[in-house]
Amino acid sequence: MRIVIIDDSGLRATVLEEGLREAGYDDIHIVPPRGAFVARLERMAPDVVLMDLGSPSRDTLEEMLTVSRALARPIAMFVDQSDEAMIGAAIDAGVSAYVVDGLRKERVKPVLELAVRRFNAFAKIQAELDEARTALSDRKIIDRAKSILMNQRSLTEQDAYALLRSSAMNQGKRIVDVAQALITASDLLGGGL
Amino acid sequence: MTSNLKIAFLPLNDAAVLVAARERGFAEEEGLALDLVPTTSWATLRDRLVYGQVHAAQMLAPLTVAVTLGLSQQPAALAAPYKLNVNGNMLVMATDFAKALEQNVAARLADPLGTAHDFAAAIGLWRRKPVIGVVHRFSSHALMLRYWLASAGIDPDRDVVLRVLPPSLTVEAMRAGEIDGFIAGEPWGTAAVEAGLAETVAIGERIWQRGVEKVLAFREAWMEENPDTVDRLLRALAKAALWCDDPANHPALADLLSDPRYVDQPADLILRALSGQIVARAGEAAIASPDFMLFSREATPFPWRSQALWIYSQLVRWNMVEHDAATAAKAAAVFRPDIFRRALADSDMPMPGASMKVEGAVDLPLAVGSRRGELTLGPDRFFDGRVFDPERIDDFLAGFAAPR
Repeated sequence: MRIVIIDDSGLRATVLEEGLREAGYDDIHIVPPRGAFVARLERMAPDVVLMDLGSPSRDTLEEMLTVSRALARPIAMFVDQSDEAMIGAAIDAGVSAYVVDGLRKERVKPVLELAVRRFNAFAKIQAELDEARTALSDRKIIDRAKSILMNQRSLTEQDAYALLRSSAMNQGKRIVDVAQALITASDLLGGGL
Repeated sequence: MTSNLKIAFLPLNDAAVLVAARERGFAEEEGLALDLVPTTSWATLRDRLVYGQVHAAQMLAPLTVAVTLGLSQQPAALAAPYKLNVNGNMLVMATDFAKALEQNVAARLADPLGTAHDFAAAIGLWRRKPVIGVVHRFSSHALMLRYWLASAGIDPDRDVVLRVLPPSLTVEAMRAGEIDGFIAGEPWGTAAVEAGLAETVAIGERIWQRGVEKVLAFREAWMEENPDTVDRLLRALAKAALWCDDPANHPALADLLSDPRYVDQPADLILRALSGQIVARAGEAAIASPDFMLFSREATPFPWRSQALWIYSQLVRWNMVEHDAATAAKAAAVFRPDIFRRALADSDMPMPGASMKVEGAVDLPLAVGSRRGELTLGPDRFFDGRVFDPERIDDFLAGFAAPR
């Protein structure tokens, strides 16, 4: 069974491909939805095409599936239209799938389930990365606020941090918000670093 | 009690009425909280509606017919009881390509028939078969483009390449040379003109003066099960549409739409189409086109069944569906003037007495029979002077040369 993954994000496609290979599928190709991707896809004659539901290139792909001569057999979205739970899970995870008509449901369903799991796993990784990035920039802001306090009020680093933390607690705010307010105020008053 | 409604949309000026209903309090007045769900492709918008992830969607009118007829993936009975706007598209082509056309752009736009013939000549001069972007096979834009090209003897399936891509990717595809032009809703054509990549070649309103465009689509079953919510939504949209049509509100509307949650393009570009001031070539004066896009006047939102049938006639013409009486009836039934009448029975909206009309027969503003209020229909001519009588689809189809 030949599976093509159309995806712009290298990481998500890799996460999905790995999962499929572990499950024993070995005829897997990744095609980014750019330029002449439709022509490439036609040459590959896939049995299953998996694509991010949020990809703006879905209309382009569907048009190809409608008019293509290389893909003689009609292709249908999702495996089993009556399987609403599966469809709901796929849409929630952001998976869209196109399957060569006539391919047996039992053969395709595991692929789709795996894609849903892997897309969800990828979304989780993405969220963690975003969180890590935010944490990093939060730390920079707090560091800058600390050095303002150290310079202007001759505090030690430890005391500067303690002051930020107690202000935050008193105001019911996050330390990073208090730090940001301090930086803004300091900039406005021309006392910046 | 407030009802929450999820409505999917694509980033286009055509989202104006939905956005205004939410942001200017019209939905709230009717006890509705609108959750507007942005989508990046018509395929995803369709899937979200068909599989019940949203309650309603801002949909291409021909796509509602196509999904109902089972022509676009999973068949589903859709219903369109309200038109969100009439017209609003334009065709732009690469500046080099446009050199072979009438150079006075105002004259070019004023004479779509002459421009179509110039376009036919320009095809032979171009370095390849021109690749024209369309947003979807089942879009009003694609159907109008085909209609316009064919009037000059151009076979849209043979003489040009129609490439499907979503509106938000059109400008980048122009820049990359993947397409030579495109027809899309605003502000995407204007954005390509402003970037110096393209010139306006034709505008939808000069091809069909009152061309059907986006509709509010529901799953038919859900619409029938929730009459009260549907009626409240239609009333909110009718009020929002009246607000959107008022020229005094256009700058505020453009500001609303420019928000990253909606169209995410500069307000001044969005404003051009709203106010009917079309810049056809970068740096030139705007060309006044006051009927470029309508939301409310002339009972614009009324879903004339004859317009669903016009769409059907074009699907037949381009071999997208087999013609028979049962299919035609199914297509016509997608537009739901009965729901429109029920929802807006006590409003100020002028209410047409009929549900069908001959399309393309009105030359000058025409007062017509209405159940309430004064209803004047604006000129609705097709640029080639044809009229579409919904009772005589076969004659209409026979009037086009058979595909070669």
